[in-house]
Parts: sequence; C-alpha cells; structure tokens
Amino acid sequence: MKIHEYQAKQILSKYGVCIPEGEVAETPARAREIAAGIGSRVVLKAQVHAGGRGKGGGIKLADSPEQAEILAQDMIGMTLVTPQTGPEGKLVRRILVEEALDIAHELYLGIVIDRAREAPVVMASPEGGVEIEKVAAETPELIFKEYVNPATGFLGFQARKLAFRLGLEGDTFKQGVQFILSLYKAFEATDASLAEINPLLITKEGAVLALDAKMNFDDNALPRHRDILEMRDFDEEDPLEVESSKFNLNYIKLDGNVGCMVNGAGLAMATMDIIMHSGGMPANFLDVGGGVSEEAVKSAFKILVSDEDVKAALINIFGGIVRCDLVAAGIVKAAKEIGLKVPMVVRLEGTNVDLGKKILEESGLAFYPAETMREAAEKVVPLAKSQERS
Amino acid sequence: MSILVDGNTRVVIQGITGGEGTFHTQRMQEYGSQVVAGVTPGKGGQVHLGLPVFNSVSEAVEKEGANASAIFVPAFFAADAIMEAADAGIHLAVCITEGIPTFDMIKVKQFLKEKECGLIGPNTPGIISPGKCKIGIMPGHIHSPGQIGVISRSGTLTYEAVDQVTRLGYGQSTAVGIGGDPIVGYSFTDLLKFFKDDDETEAVILIGEIGGSAEEEAAAYIGKEFNKPVVSFIAGQTAPPGRRMGHAGAIIAGGKGTAQEKMEALERAGVLVAKSPAEIGQKVKEALG
Repeated sequence: MKIHEYQAKQILSKYGVCIPEGEVAETPARAREIAAGIGSRVVLKAQVHAGGRGKGGGIKLADSPEQAEILAQDMIGMTLVTPQTGPEGKLVRRILVEEALDIAHELYLGIVIDRAREAPVVMASPEGGVEIEKVAAETPELIFKEYVNPATGFLGFQARKLAFRLGLEGDTFKQGVQFILSLYKAFEATDASLAEINPLLITKEGAVLALDAKMNFDDNALPRHRDILEMRDFDEEDPLEVESSKFNLNYIKLDGNVGCMVNGAGLAMATMDIIMHSGGMPANFLDVGGGVSEEAVKSAFKILVSDEDVKAALINIFGGIVRCDLVAAGIVKAAKEIGLKVPMVVRLEGTNVDLGKKILEESGLAFYPAETMREAAEKVVPLAKSQERS
Repeated sequence: MSILVDGNTRVVIQGITGGEGTFHTQRMQEYGSQVVAGVTPGKGGQVHLGLPVFNSVSEAVEKEGANASAIFVPAFFAADAIMEAADAGIHLAVCITEGIPTFDMIKVKQFLKEKECGLIGPNTPGIISPGKCKIGIMPGHIHSPGQIGVISRSGTLTYEAVDQVTRLGYGQSTAVGIGGDPIVGYSFTDLLKFFKDDDETEAVILIGEIGGSAEEEAAAYIGKEFNKPVVSFIAGQTAPPGRRMGHAGAIIAGGKGTAQEKMEALERAGVLVAKSPAEIGQKVKEALG
C-alpha cells in the first residue's frame, strides 16, 4: 500500500525522524493559516501518489501567507501531470504547506527488502534529489549499502559508516546517524516495504531533515497496523481496482481491449502474455483466486463488463481442486444476471471439464468455446478488433 | 526416484482441524500420501479424519515418526508454525498459507539456518511425486509418474504445464511450487541441485514470473553446473512495472525483475525458453529429442 508524503512524514516523526515544520491543507484559506503560523517563506507541495511533482507544477514557493493562499487556489483542484502519473494526470485534493529551508546539500537515503539476501538493506548516496535508479545506472559506486542482520537488527556502526560515506561532519554527523537509525526503526516497526528520503536535506546551518518522504507497506502485514491501513486513500486508486479489492479479487487495469478473467496469478499473467503473442493487448489482469467461488466469478464478471475499454473477453480457468462444472455453472449464472455485453471466449480445462463444457453449451448463451489457451487467445483477439471497428 | 518426498514420507498436518486443513488432508489421504498425524494446539488427544491430533509438532514426531509437515495455519501464525516444525526435527516443511508478512519470513529464514529443515513455500501449491506422495493442494489426478522435474512460482500455471506434458506422454518425477512470495524457502537453484542428483529426472521445466532475481540465479547455476535439459516459461511479459500482479513477489521494482531480462538470462544459459505458455509441452518434446 502507498501513502501520501504528509502521511509518511507523520509516521516518521513519531519515530524521531526530523521533518520540516508543516501541515496539510485542503483549502486555500487553510494554506494561508498554516503559512502564517510558520511565519516564514513556505513551500506548497501537491499530495498525490506520484513522483516528479516539481516538473508538473506540483511544488511552489510562497513568500507570504497571502501568496500561499493565491498559489493554493491554483493547486488545489488542478490535474497534475508528472512523468509518473501518465498523460491523464492526477487530481490534487490537498497540499502540504511546509517551511522553506536553505539547502546546502541534497543527499539520498532509502530502505528496501533485498530479496536475494532476504534482509532489509539501508542505502545512502551523496547524489540526492535525482531518481536513485538513474544514480544506480550511471554511478553505482556512489550508492552505499548496509545489509541488516535479522538476528541483531540494524546496528549503530552501520549507521555511522553510512553517515561518514555521506560526508557528514561534526554535529551534522551526529544528527545524521540518529536520522538513519530512526528511519530504520520506523521501517521495521511499520512492516514497510520501502522508506525513501529523497532528498535528505542538509541545511546551511547543518541540520538534517527529510525534505521529501515516501513509504510503501507490505500488504500482508497491514492487518496488524490499523493506523496505517486507515491512511489508504481510495481517491488515488482506480475505482474498478477498489471495487475488486472488496471482493478479494486481484484486478489491475491495463491499456488493451481484451478483458480476461483467470484463476491464479501465474496463469493470469500467462493469459495476458498469450493474448499479446496472438496480436492483441490485455485490458486487465484479473485473478479470481485458485478456488473460483461463485461469488468471485460474479464480481469478476461485473468488473469486466463495466470497463468500457473491454471489447471482448477471455475466461481461462484451470480446474484443479475446484471442478469445472461448478465454475461453468457460476459463469452461466453471472452471464444471465449481468448480461453478455461483449463476446466472451471461455476455455475450461481440468477436473470435470466435459461436464463444464456441456453446461456452457446448454445454457443457450453465445459463449465462444475454446479447447486450449492458444485457441482461446486466437479467437478473442479478432473478436476484440472487430468490436472496436463497429 | 524422486526428490524430497516419496512413499516413505510421513506427513503431519499443522492446522488439521481448520476448514482448509481438513479438506486438503482428505485429498492427500485419497491420493495415498502417508498422513500420520495432525497438530492443533489445544486439541491434543482428539481424533480427526482417523488421525491422532497432537498439541505440538514434536509430539507428532516422537509418537508417529512424522518427518514432513504441511502447514495450513492462518498467515499471522504461520511463521511460528514453520519454526516449530523445524525445531521438532521435521526434515521438510511445506507451507501452503498465503499472506505471511515479509518480516516474519526474514526471521524464519534466519531461524532455519541453524536447523536441518528444508522449506517449501509459503504461498505454494506444495510438492508431489506422482504415485508416491502429495503434500499440498494441487489436483493429484492431472499428474503421472515419469521423468520430468517441474519447479514453479505459481499454482494453476503449473497445472497447465503439467497437463501439457502429461498429454504428450511425459510423466513427472516431482513437481514443486516454490511459492509466490518475495521470500521463500527452497529456491529454483536449491531444487535444481536435487534434480541433478535424481536419476529418474531427465529434464526440468522451470516456470518463473516477474519480480526478484530467482530465475537469473537459476540461469547462472544451469549455465555452470546443470547437466540436464531445462525448458522455461516466464509469466508476466505484458505486466506493467510497479504493480503487484496477484502474488506478493510478482512485481517489477525499480526497473528490475522484468520477464525479458529473465528470459535472456535463461537463454544464455542454454535453456529452451517458451515465449508463449502454449509452447511448454512442445519445448519439452524438443529438449528430449
């Protein structure tokens, strides 16, 4: 799960990470109040789940509370387009109003789980303020890493090593070490999958602060972090994805026009792939789960037909423990209730497949049956293309 | 032969009295697996599905000689269950449970370093040596005994591949799902090493997916040391970056873990890579000439 910058900063400050003074505003008047309270120049930052905000006009500087209000009027309600939002952009509903600081250096600090090492890794780089992927590609020697031993946790000497590598000295060094240790504490305590401070700011006075903050969390651990779960912003997510998550379906909207409904994540990805190999593009990833309950099929059906980009659909079910006849009955029931709004190719395989096919045939509904994945893909792609034209 | 499980494997089911545990224990019994006991803390002394239920795994080891375990306990208790199995002297723990937090698994892997216990999963369909032993939730009847080893990160896609090769007349020595999570027990490479030493296995199908670097590591091992033909398919060639595709581990992060990279690494190692999932069976036929 992703959260906003202002939420990440709230969490981090609880663990002792230094953040600039600031508050979030949903109205221009509130932005003015916050700016007046800070009493110096402020930065207004659009709160959307996407990076690269500065490039799209999502970060602005205000010299006075009055100017903050005027700028906030433009920002709140604007559609912000950044390299990460896609051309459709994201609606800005709130802005973070923060004290503007004098920047001496911009550094990088990040923590992720290293899958190969099966441990968290704390990364630091003097090259802050740019995308870390870019630094990793161009100057990998400028990224310093410390792996966390799960038995001991992240240790003081590791934080000191990173702070030295960042070139920190004197009191700034002490603050930096504390900052890194606090960031790790927050990462572990919240079951985060990513904690990224980019840039990590060193002010002209030598203070160490998180100028920006990004945190993602392990979805599997969220049930034990109710406070974080409450930070989920449904407005930032695709409405169909929100709808599907209520039914425990894994759904992701994509750019193509061939809808698909599959049981199992691996088979669902493979189905998307075979659609591509047959000359089409998938409109979505949709995994109804290995078990394929009747409820799941019905919900999945609704989601497929409510996506206007879907011109034809492919249902691919491999019945293992779950029987194909039960799945077929569920598909027929859903189709009768919701209607076959687009041509649907159905491929069933596995346990009781013949019974399943018979149920589809006898339903009187115009399904397009297919024997294999390849046949299914080769049928559905031209159907989607012809619907697109008509 | 087969790898890891055979007719002598004695299975204890952790979480046997739950819904999933009950249902799949019955399927394993029907398949002919030697299920010898169940464990549900607090329900020791009961009999369930004709099996003795114990309060702890160590009792099942002592009294029934269990040497493998299938874990069906809820996600927040599953890490503890794996470590209990390892501590009790179980040689192979198969964790079916989906949704275990990553930090829990980091601790499990650390704990297992000092134990003689292999782990399959979590978030896996399990392991099957056709005709001998099934520990997991896969449909037994689509498998048949034979010479192909199967290793995969997914469930139904593995069934698809198994079905394709069974139709072409090839059986399987052992089929293993390593699990769809970012941190799992046995890796592709670990299992390839077992298949290398298994006389019955003549070729291996490796089914990977986007995310992580397990396929690249397997490719490096295959190129250097593996002496049997390998066929591979990588799911997620059309997956967008930054999105978790169902499995917690299936995500292209920071531009890393794409299907393209994995396919290239495997091809360089001499693996026959099926571009389309429909070609897996055909590639096996090619590989065995």
